[in-house]
Amino acid sequence: MAKIVGCITTTHVPSIGGAIAKNLQHDPYWSPFFDGFTPVHAWLKKVKPDVAVVIYNDHGLNFFLDKMPTFAVGAAAQYRHADEGWGIPIVPPFKGDLDLSWQIINTLVEKEFDIVTCQEMLVDHAFTIPMSLLYPGGESPPLRTVPICVNTVQFPIPSARRCYKLGEAIGSAIESWDSDARVVVLGTGGLSHQLDGERAGFMNKPFDLQFIDSLISQPDWATQYSSTELVELVGSQGVELLNWLAARATMSGKVRKVHSNYHIPISNTASGLMAIEPAH
Amino acid sequence: MALEKPYKDVPGTTVFDAELARKGYHLNQFCMSLMKAENREKFKADQRGYLDQWPMSEEQKQGVLTRDYNRMIAAGGNIYFLSKIFSSDGQSFEQAASSMTGMSAPEYRQMMLTGGRTVEGNRYLSEIKGGKLKTNAIVEKK
Repeated sequence: MAKIVGCITTTHVPSIGGAIAKNLQHDPYWSPFFDGFTPVHAWLKKVKPDVAVVIYNDHGLNFFLDKMPTFAVGAAAQYRHADEGWGIPIVPPFKGDLDLSWQIINTLVEKEFDIVTCQEMLVDHAFTIPMSLLYPGGESPPLRTVPICVNTVQFPIPSARRCYKLGEAIGSAIESWDSDARVVVLGTGGLSHQLDGERAGFMNKPFDLQFIDSLISQPDWATQYSSTELVELVGSQGVELLNWLAARATMSGKVRKVHSNYHIPISNTASGLMAIEPAH
Repeated sequence: MALEKPYKDVPGTTVFDAELARKGYHLNQFCMSLMKAENREKFKADQRGYLDQWPMSEEQKQGVLTRDYNRMIAAGGNIYFLSKIFSSDGQSFEQAASSMTGMSAPEYRQMMLTGGRTVEGNRYLSEIKGGKLKTNAIVEKK
């Protein structure tokens, strides 16, 4: 059966794409963020995942308000990035993994998640930037991918509890997949930030740090909050932490922290990074 | 049944809900058109004429023409789609966000570099004194 080698959760702020393109990794503004990835690069070299399942939210590249699925799973042989209208450099396409895509789709529907399946799917910066951060150098990452998109754009958004259960179901799909593949699960977005209104710039460091800790000690801790409470606590776009929660929930056993990093600010956002692996 | 909106109690915050998604559909659709370089050029060349291609309200069009993002959000714009307007203008997310706060871009940047906007005093409407949101202790001391 396939094995989940770990889970990486990271911020996906679009301006990171610009910083990479301009080689600003060692700039004083950016280095506290980029330096956080060095231990994760070493860990990835050690655990060598074959496939990444990426849980993220699209920001108007693949999905617009004409069709806005709560949960969508990619089932394509290849995923392309495209012009998001944000001046982010376009990166080369990513390889899909059709077998794992359909394994996840079949399992999720069996577990009563009424998802949308996408045999064509563009992936936006919330997918591409984490990939560029984890596999720097500008070439296509050396692994196959399955994108899973969660609506955090249009309310009502799925509850934290629902996203946690989604993650559990994705985890069981991976672990019952008849394959010897090594799978890493990514959750992207957050942490606390608000991009709009008079409250723009809102951040909540105590909450973010407690959330990061909870992912090791009590992973369902954040499921106590309603969507409204999350907006209050982490900002209207900070609700992207749902992707972290779903990614973490894919790992059913005890876990240990490989590395974490937290830095304020990247643009309008409190940036977070965490890598965890099964505790043996 | 009216839509329950408990999030109305979060100050200075507009949650993009079903009502706004309906109201703002064409405004957001116009924004999506700016993902094509050729459309960005057409928009820049004749903003009013370009906007008139969508069945948007005059309020929405004026919001766009004056680049008043709070006005666009009140009229159903979603920040992720509206961002395609300020990106076309060569503005960053940080600059655009600052324009919604009543702070200057350097003041806003200073707030972000010193830890962002504080939690306390900014979570509930009842906490807001004198109609203004708090920045943070370091900025307010200055």
